[in-house]
Amino acid sequence: MSTVSTAPAAPAPAPARRAGFGGYLLAEWTKIRSVRSTVWTLIVFVVVSLGLTTLLTWLTLNAISNGRRGNAASSIVTDPVNFILGTGLGLGQLAICVLGVLVITSEYSTGAIRSALLAVPHRYPVILAKGLVFAALVIVVGEIVAFLSFFIGKALVNGHVVTLRGHVGGHVVSVNHTITVSLSQPGVLQAVVGSGLYLTVLGLFALAIGGLIRHTAGAITAVIGMVLVIFPLAALLPDSWGAHVHAYLPTVAGQLITQDKPTADQLLSAWQGFGVFCAWTVLLLAAAIFLLQKRDA
Amino acid sequence: MIEAQDLSKRYGDKLAVDHLSFKVEPGRVTGFLGPNGAGKSTTMRLMLGLDRPSTGTATINGRPYAQLAQPLRTVGALLEAKAMHPGRSARNHLLFLAQTQGLPSRRVDEVLDLVGLRAVARQRVRGYSLGMSQRVGIAAAMLGNPSVLLLDEPVNGLDPEGILWIRNLMKHLASEQRTIFVSSHLMNEMAVTADHLIVIGKGKLIAESSTQEFIERSSEKTVLVRSPDAATLADLIAAEGGKAIAQDPAQGRAAALSVTGLEAPRIGEIAATNRIVLHELTPQLGSLEEAFIEMTAGSVEYGGDTPAVAQEPAASVTSPGSSQ
Repeated sequence: MSTVSTAPAAPAPAPARRAGFGGYLLAEWTKIRSVRSTVWTLIVFVVVSLGLTTLLTWLTLNAISNGRRGNAASSIVTDPVNFILGTGLGLGQLAICVLGVLVITSEYSTGAIRSALLAVPHRYPVILAKGLVFAALVIVVGEIVAFLSFFIGKALVNGHVVTLRGHVGGHVVSVNHTITVSLSQPGVLQAVVGSGLYLTVLGLFALAIGGLIRHTAGAITAVIGMVLVIFPLAALLPDSWGAHVHAYLPTVAGQLITQDKPTADQLLSAWQGFGVFCAWTVLLLAAAIFLLQKRDA
Repeated sequence: MIEAQDLSKRYGDKLAVDHLSFKVEPGRVTGFLGPNGAGKSTTMRLMLGLDRPSTGTATINGRPYAQLAQPLRTVGALLEAKAMHPGRSARNHLLFLAQTQGLPSRRVDEVLDLVGLRAVARQRVRGYSLGMSQRVGIAAAMLGNPSVLLLDEPVNGLDPEGILWIRNLMKHLASEQRTIFVSSHLMNEMAVTADHLIVIGKGKLIAESSTQEFIERSSEKTVLVRSPDAATLADLIAAEGGKAIAQDPAQGRAAALSVTGLEAPRIGEIAATNRIVLHELTPQLGSLEEAFIEMTAGSVEYGGDTPAVAQEPAASVTSPGSSQ
């Protein structure tokens, strides 16, 4: 049996400094680093992103060398930066969605949320601190992976010569085109940095959905369903109102910043699109905080 | 000191906590008793600001829980044992709680020593037994060395050694002038742990008294008397102010009386004076557990059929005066 070491008088609380928000940030960092799901999800993110970028870029270049030409082949020629940043990170982003959901829903599923809310009865600082710590983690990992993806892709595509054939005045004309990408080309640095920023806001978007739904499976389904299915499908909406709805959807707008060349029919600029994505995320986080304050824990 | 005032919680059309008002004083262990589903846990969650009350207020040292700046330094709570991420170590669980309160990590080691878990603190909680998880919960409650402790069913799932440990810990903490509020559905456990009892059923306050009073009141003595001349004896007992109820006679045995209001020696004297033969004169000790069951009967939320429980003669309290 353990002995109790406290003095037999009216007990004084354990000595502490004023913790405040700094303490909450520290606590959220302890939480996020002390579960394996964080480490594993980030490993999946890095491996899938870099692995697919390498694999798909290499396969596509090979296909071009062998004379086969598909859509991917043409896009790697017309916009190689977009190809490089779009392939691996396009799938890797799902790991960030999962992690964003997990950091909050795992607290509900395990009951740890009650321990957390007992410690922080004002509640909303829990989501704020969690969001900030998670965003800091994703922006660091996301930027590193975005730059690594870019440099891997760049090393693979640069110097690759593509023979473009066309018909000009009844004659078949062949032009040799050498693919070149560099950070100094217009829009490229913004696209690479923007990819990390997009992932960060995407993670917060998922965290907000997790806070609203509170169930892991439901929230992951909701987020991935939106990112992969619902938002892209909205492109099929007819007329100009359909185009506007599609353009203002969270990840559709947010992905504009990951592209180095604006498309002709783009309704928002890259930074406007990013602003729209941020606005959606802030709105959802506010809703999650509102419900956290209101609901029984 | 904890104070509940007109505290209610409604879930849909069901009133889980029904206008409860009581005070929990420092310096003693206050037991919070009630059958399963009586609203004990809900009441504690209302006190801790986890649930919003439908009516009324709960204050701790005069303030609502949500207004405490570093609440764990005032109040320690053990709700369910598994309110932890199973993939996190006990040490990290306690560390993040300490960090929210600005407590040094040294304090984490102190409470781990207090509950005897230092050696396994870096293992993930997933592998812990219920008893070990319960100890982590106690460690979390003690982090801020609080003056008020709320413990919801702390002995659940503990082995006898663990139960003894918690019991002694609570008594020790109360002796340090802390406020200890501990819920249980086990009357016998509370009888040996608590100094004061608050009994609820179906969300309503049923009784509040010192444990001593409660025991005395609940276990009103019954005496079983067996005599071939039971009818005459019953009249004599009634004349002396006692109350005799005829029992179903067992086969081949003399008629039996269940007597309350008179003690066995007095009944013997009455019989001797009147030359009545006694075949049996047995004082029956009513169990506290049954007094509790009787007290909360009718306020059991999830009652089933209870065959034969009350028919075991040695344990049964049949005195009508013991219910309130």
